[in-house]
Amino acid sequence: MIEASGLVKRFGDLVAVDGIDVSVQRGEAFGFLGPNGAGKSSTMRMVGAVSPPSAGVLRLFGMDPATHGPQIRARMGVVPQRDTLDEELTVSENIRIYGRYFGLSRAETRRRATELLQFAQLTERADAKVEPLSGGMKRRLTIARSLVNDPELLLLDEPTTGLDPQARHVLWDRLFRLKRRGVTLVLTTHYMDEAEQLCDRLVVMDGGRIVAEGSPRSLIECYSTREVLELRFAEEDLTGHARAVEGIGERTEVLPDRLLVYVADGDAASSEVHRRGVQPLSSLVRRSTLEDVFLHLTGRTLVD
Amino acid sequence: MTPSASRAAVPERSGRPAPPGRPPGRRPPRMVSALARAMPFPAGAGLARVLVERNVMAYRRLWVLLLSGFVEPVFYLFSLGIGLGALVRTVTTDSGVEVPYPVFVAPALLAASAMNGAVFDSTFNVFFKLRYARLYDSVLATPLGPRDVAVGEVTWALMRGSLYSGAFLLVAAVAGFVRSWWALLALPGAVLIGFAFASVGMWATTYMRSWVDFDYVTLVIQPLFLFSATFYPLAQYPGSVRWLVEWTPLYHGVALERALMLGDVGPGLLVHVGYLLAMGLLGVWGASRRIERLLLS
Ligand SMILES: Nc1ncnc2c1ncn2[C@@H]1O[C@H](COP(=O)(O)OP(=O)(O)O)[C@@H](O)[C@H]1O
Ligand SMILES: [Mg+2]
Repeated sequence: MIEASGLVKRFGDLVAVDGIDVSVQRGEAFGFLGPNGAGKSSTMRMVGAVSPPSAGVLRLFGMDPATHGPQIRARMGVVPQRDTLDEELTVSENIRIYGRYFGLSRAETRRRATELLQFAQLTERADAKVEPLSGGMKRRLTIARSLVNDPELLLLDEPTTGLDPQARHVLWDRLFRLKRRGVTLVLTTHYMDEAEQLCDRLVVMDGGRIVAEGSPRSLIECYSTREVLELRFAEEDLTGHARAVEGIGERTEVLPDRLLVYVADGDAASSEVHRRGVQPLSSLVRRSTLEDVFLHLTGRTLVD
Repeated sequence: MTPSASRAAVPERSGRPAPPGRPPGRRPPRMVSALARAMPFPAGAGLARVLVERNVMAYRRLWVLLLSGFVEPVFYLFSLGIGLGALVRTVTTDSGVEVPYPVFVAPALLAASAMNGAVFDSTFNVFFKLRYARLYDSVLATPLGPRDVAVGEVTWALMRGSLYSGAFLLVAAVAGFVRSWWALLALPGAVLIGFAFASVGMWATTYMRSWVDFDYVTLVIQPLFLFSATFYPLAQYPGSVRWLVEWTPLYHGVALERALMLGDVGPGLLVHVGYLLAMGLLGVWGASRRIERLLLS
């Protein structure tokens, strides 16, 4: 569905996307994981056929967005990073007029609006104004709107950023359903739990480049250990403690507020820390996540 | 001049979206797509009308706002026509006909209100949608293109404008300020004036950074309103000023409407029509290019 090679996006002197190769197959849930400024949105806008690539080759459904923009956009749904709902219209009108933008008949848009409002759990709000809706509701409406043309490919740019945990889970549930229906999902996120939950395959992006690619599980296996021992201390400066625990794990990462020790067996490592006479305020053993993968690959955390 | 004519001026049908949910239909022949790319006009899908539909939908609950646009020119007509008319009585037009003052001034007010309405719609309203509501960002993620946005918004401005112009003409006719059946053509004339100003106004709006910049709009509109042979004939000006006025757009609008409403019709009117038409097309071209620059970067 998406074939990109050597894709570049420049804004003046700034290189937002620096030569990426991506290929997404039908039915896949594909993710771009990366911190703010990694170039995720710039990539999504190119894939959405609303931003011409500065260099490289991009094919969407086998077509060139430079010449077949309208045909490509007709088969996609787009959920942009910032909601762009029409606040002068009601909830249901938002979906109906969007269907009209895709050339659907009025009767057809009415039918789909009813259906999609149900899917987005917004039926009670059908005739309400958009403005007073909660963040989660607005996001669900944006997703419902993006589905009005029954897209083969759905692009979601940070679908749950800024939502509270409950609203995020409701959204994830909706996206799971779409996935089950066979809609190809492409999403960006800087939440590793979101990437782990939703993506079959993902790329880790940093500074406009792809630094790793694979399934969430394979990335963790490849770039991290099975478990992580997190140590917190009373002191501000952790370098001394870091030296003291050196060699216990495969790697040690020093974060501003804690030490991360990468090991296969967390409990054994914890005992070893105590045996060496290091006394943390708290120690916690957890499984490795994509956050650890990112930290390993870039030396930085995803969310700051 | 209607919006559909402006669309027809750019024959590009290759941009039609394939029916959603199905594989792409027949690709447009290579020559057509090459032509579409070579054309200086930004792309559109021929779906401008659905943007008009969107505006109708948004205004359904705000129809009271629509009234306000009609009231102002009518107030002007009675205040100037009756007040000033009592002092001035008659005016000799530039073509040498002597007419009562209200008959002289009514066509100019029609032209000026067509300009004002069009500029208001295409600057304030479009600026809000462009910068704050981000309406066009969501529209351009669908098959619609920048040209559809420009044509759609200008069309909407013209639809509102013709509503006002029609009402104004009716009032002027009932009050006895209309002299000829040619005045029926003053309505399309007003739409043409609206087209010229709405499209150039929309183009200008794409350069605006904040509401403060709208002072420049007033700075242009005000002198046009006052000096386009609106309230007295062109003959009142010294030669060099007259020459200058003859180059400004509202002058052509006023001259066109005055000729039509006085029944003073000749082939010379085609110059006014051509001027306004060219201005309108240029504006649509510029506005769509700028929208493409701003939103499809
Ligand atoms: N329209 C634009 N003009 C100039 N710079 C931009 C524009 N859009 C994005 N950028 C820059 O490109 C870089 C990547 O941004 P973006 O693609 O939004 O990253 P992300 O979505 O991963 O946070 C950032 O440095 C951003 O400031
Ligand atoms: Mg982003």
